[in-house]
Amino acid sequence: MIAALRHKRFAAIGLLALSGLLLWLMAHLVTARPGILFWIGVLVLWALVWIGNDALSGIRTSSPLTTRLRNLAVPAIFGLTLLLLWQLAVKGFGIPLVLLPAPSDIWSKLITSLPTLAADFVQTFLRAVLPGWALGSLAGFLVAVLCDAWGFLRRGLLPLGNLFAALPIVGVAPIMVMWFGFDWHSKVAVVVVMTFFPMLVNTVAGLQAAGHLERDLMRSYGASWFDTLVKLRLPAAMPFIFNALKINSTLALIGAIVAEFFGTPIVGMGFRISTEVGRLGLDMVWAEIAVAAIAGSAFYGIIALIERVVTFWHPSYRSRKDP
Amino acid sequence: MAAASVIEARELSLTFETADGPVYALSKVNLTVHDGDFVSFIGPSGCGKTTLLRVIADLEQASEGAITVNGMTPEEARRQRAYGYVFQAPALYPWRTIERNVALPLEIMGFGATERAERIARNLDLVNLRGFEKKFPWQLSGGMQQRVSIARALAFDPKLMLMDEPFGALDEIVRDKLNQQLLELWARTRKTVVFVTHSIPEAVFLSNRIVVMSPRPGRIIDVIETNFPKDRTLDIRETPEFLKVAHRVREGLRQGHSYED
Repeated sequence: MIAALRHKRFAAIGLLALSGLLLWLMAHLVTARPGILFWIGVLVLWALVWIGNDALSGIRTSSPLTTRLRNLAVPAIFGLTLLLLWQLAVKGFGIPLVLLPAPSDIWSKLITSLPTLAADFVQTFLRAVLPGWALGSLAGFLVAVLCDAWGFLRRGLLPLGNLFAALPIVGVAPIMVMWFGFDWHSKVAVVVVMTFFPMLVNTVAGLQAAGHLERDLMRSYGASWFDTLVKLRLPAAMPFIFNALKINSTLALIGAIVAEFFGTPIVGMGFRISTEVGRLGLDMVWAEIAVAAIAGSAFYGIIALIERVVTFWHPSYRSRKDP
Repeated sequence: MAAASVIEARELSLTFETADGPVYALSKVNLTVHDGDFVSFIGPSGCGKTTLLRVIADLEQASEGAITVNGMTPEEARRQRAYGYVFQAPALYPWRTIERNVALPLEIMGFGATERAERIARNLDLVNLRGFEKKFPWQLSGGMQQRVSIARALAFDPKLMLMDEPFGALDEIVRDKLNQQLLELWARTRKTVVFVTHSIPEAVFLSNRIVVMSPRPGRIIDVIETNFPKDRTLDIRETPEFLKVAHRVREGLRQGHSYED
């Protein structure tokens, strides 16, 4: 039984390795307009990788380490296969670079333009996205706490906040550029406007999330509003607050990039995308997109990790084991 | 034994205005609870037993009549931290360990760190939960969680304990055990306990006075005194005296229901 299982496991991994390698070789060697046999070969190899990956995702693992490895390998193989097929299709069908560059073209552009990409990253991500995200989220949080302390603020401010959220970013961005200038300050302002409202509504909802018994308990102790806030309602609101932080991380990136379309010094991811599109340098546009995707995922991932640590007690994370 | 009265309710009424018209949760309730009493409120759902407890705790306000707790209004008594309240559910905070849950009222009431540590240890001992200090509530069984909530209510040493069906959600075996422990605790600490239940054996076993209540409108229909020895054990439930009291409670409950069935 165990021998059979092991046998199956090796077969799956061997199949994956072999078909993946062949597919990679084909992607590497492909020239324009190959024959029908080539495409049949591609389809067969793709099917084999698919079957191999399916088998891999289904095998039973014996230790947490191998489970982890497997859980990483399955999506990685899936993504790599997509990249290979992309490469094969673009090169094989001779698709022009302006329509869709091959992954290899994007990669070579990326490694030859590292200084430019780094400068753009610093300008857009470090100077606009991060401060704007932090300021907007903090402002939303503070206003939510104020709304909670004074009921009339909740009734008066929340509808206004709603209006805020409905403002179209392409309308706000030029105004912010007029107010705060071409440099990163105006981008920060746009990001603040975009991230304020999600944090406001989520925190207001989160502060209502504590149960009735838990509140009655605080009342029975004669606890002050502040004690109740700090010891009960804020901890109970944490899952909501982290939701807003995660939503805001993607909103901030979109906001900062789009805001650069409306006036910027000659650096920044949004600036680069808009000018390179004009010069038909689509490989550079894709390189910027790749950087944005990696930075955005990492940003989101870090927040999600912190969330797990802070809200370890939440039913979606906790286990009966010791944490 | 003329002990001082802890709770005095005179002609107490509470009406909830709802969309379907008024609900008479309590109607002209008269009740005196003396120092050191163990008083149970028993009755079917909707008889106002929990509401009466919540009025004593100032979690609900009476619409008519008068009530004093330690000679004060319930609100003053609450602000002076006169009572510890144990709810139907443990209501432990999942982000706090067991010891920090017990520490919660102590933090709010401004006890120092050494005093807190001493009281946590003493009260977890009292409910037989030493060694679980660093666990989180969700790692404990329901019965253990409810014992933590009792330790938490005892932590600041209130003279009065208000307990709202604390064992209602537990199975019978656990409930029996906790009943025995609660009785020992009461005999040892000389606290006044007001206890809400809908279990007849529980009420008869624990209390020295049983208040039988009936719904629509919520009112008291009988008050039964028992005098079982303080060191009684669960075996007492087989004795004729016990069954006699239980029978009287059951009769009272049946009368309360008779006119509407």
